[in-house]
Amino acid sequence: MNLMALEAATTGNAFTELLGGIAPEGTPTWALWLGAAGAGVGILVAFVSLVAMFSVWLERKVSAHIQCRYGPMYAGGWHGWAQTLADGVKLLLKEDMIPLGADKPLFMLAPALVLGAIFGALVALPLAPGFFFADVNMGLFLILAFSSLTTIGVVMAGWASNSKWSLYGAMREAAQVVAYEVPLGVSLFVPLMVAGTFSLTEASAAQSGWFGMHWFIFQNPFMLPAFIIFFIAALAETKRAPFDLPEAESELVAGFMTEYSGIRWSFFFMEEYAAMFLMSAVGAVFFFGGYHSPLTALFPEEATTGLLYQLVCAGTLIFKSFVGVFVMMWLRWTLPRLRIDQVMSMGYKYLTPLALVCVLGAAIWETIFA
Amino acid sequence: MDDKLQKPFYAALGVITLGLLGWGAASAGAQGIAFGLFTALTLGGSLICVWERSVVRSAFSLMGTFTGVAGLFLLLGADFLAVAQILIYVGGILALILFGVMLSPPDLAERKLSRVLGGLALMLGAVAWVGSKVAGTVAWATTDELPEPTTKVDEIGVAFLDPEGYVVPFELAAMILTVALVAAVYIARRKASDLTDPRAEERA
Repeated sequence: MNLMALEAATTGNAFTELLGGIAPEGTPTWALWLGAAGAGVGILVAFVSLVAMFSVWLERKVSAHIQCRYGPMYAGGWHGWAQTLADGVKLLLKEDMIPLGADKPLFMLAPALVLGAIFGALVALPLAPGFFFADVNMGLFLILAFSSLTTIGVVMAGWASNSKWSLYGAMREAAQVVAYEVPLGVSLFVPLMVAGTFSLTEASAAQSGWFGMHWFIFQNPFMLPAFIIFFIAALAETKRAPFDLPEAESELVAGFMTEYSGIRWSFFFMEEYAAMFLMSAVGAVFFFGGYHSPLTALFPEEATTGLLYQLVCAGTLIFKSFVGVFVMMWLRWTLPRLRIDQVMSMGYKYLTPLALVCVLGAAIWETIFA
Repeated sequence: MDDKLQKPFYAALGVITLGLLGWGAASAGAQGIAFGLFTALTLGGSLICVWERSVVRSAFSLMGTFTGVAGLFLLLGADFLAVAQILIYVGGILALILFGVMLSPPDLAERKLSRVLGGLALMLGAVAWVGSKVAGTVAWATTDELPEPTTKVDEIGVAFLDPEGYVVPFELAAMILTVALVAAVYIARRKASDLTDPRAEERA
């Protein structure tokens, strides 16, 4: 699934150099490249697992505090920090159930496809000027393409389960994502016009001025509406409430994942939290300064290649992304679910035209004032 | 088609894939492995599409074909085309195909072994015929090294809107797509007569 990791590996990068130093003399270069690709995939898996673990704990805490509860308090001692770890072990040890009527190969392939697609998308996300898997020329385009792949995985899961609930969930997911992909992409044209690049690294680098506050959101008056449209569309893309119709538990049991259990089920959850993190990170990069903040602006010019600066940058972007994730959770535990016709009319009749108006306005503004 | 043939078919596909990977590794290193992988994806996806008894499985196997073609574009240095291939074909067109296929009733009798083999023979014959016509007449540019990907998205964008470039085909395509969209909405739209209750007169 990881085309770009392969691409990065074949053109040579830090991993291949590192491995070349360790490997014995005479190792063929393709073995080095394969090793580098493997290491990249390993790091991605670890990163996604960590993000998902922290997000699940955060979700339980946020939901608990919104409902005047404490949430998990015992596992691990401090505020139940190890709760997700315990849950993960439990899920790994669970019996792997495949329904008799299910289409077995597709049923097994679907969770892997969903997770693989989100790995592919995360490849293009730079955490700091020097922390990235592949500085892809068209990073944003790649992220949108791979996150649309997760839809196919969800549809596959829903169909292969051979259950009415699952199939309804899958159909809703397909209809919803096709409807919201348009406003998502179009609203991102507004910062793209200012940035002049698809690359997330270059877009972040362009927002370093004004003591780290030269963010795209302050560049023209159409940025804020474009961001709101982007955020709503991102909620729909990641199947988060109030757009969680594909897994609406009050109507469809658990939607497309009704028949899944154990580790396959947890793959869908890892994908959901990784997608939330990814969408928030894209929003942070294209609207809120990427890895730049007043904190990173404190570093003098000559210190910007050091490890400390890279870590502060990565921390800044991760913090901004988790602010986005927190808002998504806040909305989930505050808003009731929409009806499917409301979801459709919102996407096609309101968000898409509004996003187009924003693009037109921003284009005129940029032509006159920039 | 027969369930008995299912296992030999997939075993053969696996062997072909391994062969392609090994041949790629032996002839061109890492790029060869990637080429072998993407070729296997493309060919395997299309073969499964013709072979499989279930229409939905056929549709899903197209994903392998589309992704494999995107990978081949990537190896040729056309990374914009590769990502567009995934976004449009896998994310958009395949989702629509699946939508249509899942809504249509299954018709298993349609897919008999003789029909599949006939279709394959027809396809191979057509490919061989076109290939033999093209191979002799086109001056293929060959190179020992694959090019570095150098495509810049902004160059493609400028070329689309350049009066000397592709602005007319680009705008024409946009017009056709808009007309198609409007027409689709017009056809799918419910007319006022559809919304009134047909039994209203009876009751009156």
